[in-house]
Amino acid sequence: MSVDPRALELPGVREHPQRPEPRRMTLAERLYLPLLSGLAVTIRHMVQNLLGLRQRVTIQYPEERRRYSHRYRGHHILTTRPDGSVRCVACYLCATACPAECIHIEAGEHPDVNIEKYPVVYEIDMLRCVFCGYCVDACPEEAIIMSNNYDMAYYSRAQSIVGKADLMKPYTIDPDNLGYRPSYPEEDAQRAQMRRAAVDLVAAAKAKTGSGAATPA
Amino acid sequence: MPPELPELVARLPEGAVTESTGPDAPQDQPTWIVRREALLDVCRELQSNRATRYDLLLEMFGMDYPDRDERFEAVYHLYSIPSGERLRLKVPLAESDPVLPTVTTVWKGANWYEREAFDMFGLRFDGHPNLRRILTHEAFQGHPLRKDYDPARRWILTEDKMYMPKLEAPEKGDSMFERMTINIGPSHPAMHGTFRMIAMVDGEEIVASEVEIGYLHRCFEKMSETHTWQQVIPYTDRLNYCSSFINNVGYCRTVERMLGVEAPPKAVWARTILSEFSRVMDHCVANGSTLVDVGALTNFWYFFQPREEIYGLLESVCGARLTVSACRIGGLLADLPPDFVARCRHLLEFIPPLIDDIETLVDKNRIWLDRSVGIAAISGEDAVNWGWTGPCLRAAGVAFDSRKAHPYDLYDTVEWEVPVLRGGDVYDRYRLRMLEIRQSLAIIRQLVDRGMPEGPYVVDDPHVALPPKDACYNQMESMIYHFKLIMDGIQVPPGELYGFVEGANGELGFYCVSDGSGKPYRVRVRPPCFPLFSTFPTLMQGHTISDAIATLGGLNVIAGELER
Repeated sequence: MSVDPRALELPGVREHPQRPEPRRMTLAERLYLPLLSGLAVTIRHMVQNLLGLRQRVTIQYPEERRRYSHRYRGHHILTTRPDGSVRCVACYLCATACPAECIHIEAGEHPDVNIEKYPVVYEIDMLRCVFCGYCVDACPEEAIIMSNNYDMAYYSRAQSIVGKADLMKPYTIDPDNLGYRPSYPEEDAQRAQMRRAAVDLVAAAKAKTGSGAATPA
Repeated sequence: MPPELPELVARLPEGAVTESTGPDAPQDQPTWIVRREALLDVCRELQSNRATRYDLLLEMFGMDYPDRDERFEAVYHLYSIPSGERLRLKVPLAESDPVLPTVTTVWKGANWYEREAFDMFGLRFDGHPNLRRILTHEAFQGHPLRKDYDPARRWILTEDKMYMPKLEAPEKGDSMFERMTINIGPSHPAMHGTFRMIAMVDGEEIVASEVEIGYLHRCFEKMSETHTWQQVIPYTDRLNYCSSFINNVGYCRTVERMLGVEAPPKAVWARTILSEFSRVMDHCVANGSTLVDVGALTNFWYFFQPREEIYGLLESVCGARLTVSACRIGGLLADLPPDFVARCRHLLEFIPPLIDDIETLVDKNRIWLDRSVGIAAISGEDAVNWGWTGPCLRAAGVAFDSRKAHPYDLYDTVEWEVPVLRGGDVYDRYRLRMLEIRQSLAIIRQLVDRGMPEGPYVVDDPHVALPPKDACYNQMESMIYHFKLIMDGIQVPPGELYGFVEGANGELGFYCVSDGSGKPYRVRVRPPCFPLFSTFPTLMQGHTISDAIATLGGLNVIAGELER
């Protein structure tokens, strides 16, 4: 089946095969016999699925949703200061770093001299965005982060250009829904710990019922 | 003067071939400057001379240096499978007369590459059988990769300029059928992307055919020239989007070599593991879609379960499933999640039973054997001549794998072998991918057993990688580096380099040229499926339309990479 890879290093010229040598069928194969073992595989899968002996691989989207990690690069969030104003200082780093050139910022003078600037307009063209997370990496103020939200649908192209108000919508800042953002190792570890604990709980419950069966939801 | 081939060089006029030496010469592989008059002789000799035997034309493309006297350059990357040597030929060409002889008579695979160089740079090839545009529309004007071409130009592309091929078929023998020309694609469910195939059929048999590409042209190479080195990484995701992680690794490794930095052990370890997982995933898609095209739907579902789980792993590392952008120049985008090893172990348990099931279902299944054995068979010799690499080449009996021939990352520290089959047909391409999935899993298992290396995930060099966020928030110096790196980009020293990795469907090469300005002067991709697909009309000669569909899946042609 496989040749010695060191053959490549042998001195001299190794000729490439001059003609293809296709596989030959055995008698059993000619008689379609291996189909029976294939049938056994599909029947085994069917029985397992019918009796719920293994976890289903499909989910009932949109009622049921796949959980993504807290690194998921979804819809952006513009974070706010404690007083609810936008944290962004319009430094344009995100717009510069963006490989899709989808961020549009217009800066204005901030009344507070310590802050200096703020974005009068901050727009992201969601149809252009490639969700690479470069804006989050670039931001020196932690003013733009990403959420776990991946369903973005629009009725028109104009709608897909999301402005400051939508990016700052408070509902997106649900701690469970946060996505890609500057990393916090402790928090990451804590979340992983929680996920492991959940998995252990399910395993323990399965062991208790005896069959190892997960009831279909 | 090149050390080999003294007789050939003696026959040529003075100065026809010179070796590029000195501080400005490329350091990555030997480079010869060849005058165009001598090109065909040199190529013939290099290809057939048993001492050199450069049997594989990896790629051929154009370069544009408007400041030079001889503005254009045709670059050939040659590879010798027996000796593992690489060689670059450069042919300088004046703007007034950018004509050079075709090398399609030496390497058949040069056909499409030369068409691309014609399309993108306006180089003309004497004696080329079919020199017309390949990636752009027939009504397109100008040559987009020339430096003076304005990317904002718009052309009205009308349908009356649309190309209709004149298929030249052999004489109609005693066939009782009427000949018919049919068109499949570009938007056709069996066409795995936007390809168009025009076939002349005699009854059911294809007597002549041609394929058209260019419906998805993404301008990857042109866009790379106007963005910083880091910004190219998300573009590479979209080359072979079935295994985007490998593209990331290929590009980042190339730039790292140009910079002279090395990714830390942890990043290299993770890159190797995730590359192999991506390869498994890519093979799952290729085999799954081949089988579904011939009517074996169940396997598609079994194949897509590992893929789904691997996407979950990638998502936990980088936050995206398909277009991962998970590498950074100098390492990874983020530290690995704490449960990385556990998830890898879970996958190593989860994938093999499904692969076993699929093998039981189809390996000896006569319905599949009848559809695949001996279909679109190619010999190893021909496959090399057409420029094939990757699983399709290994299925034709040539044991060439960049991971083995030129080990990078951790491939030389693990035990694995290169599977090789001799059939060269649809069946063996399927079978070889199954064997490779097992090899990939073996590599991953060894690396996971070794444990995650300690240390940083990205190189600690503020000229290459962004400083950590805390430092950026709290230290003036880091803040300055942060701004400099984003505003000006990584300053890659002037030079050129061809970096490569073994992609899921062949050697994926990146030829990067830097002029030291902070943006790539040129990023050229060696797309592994470009030569594969250029062979398609030849492969289909004498087969049926249904065979064509089965073959297309087995070649694993990905439009995003084919047309960049």
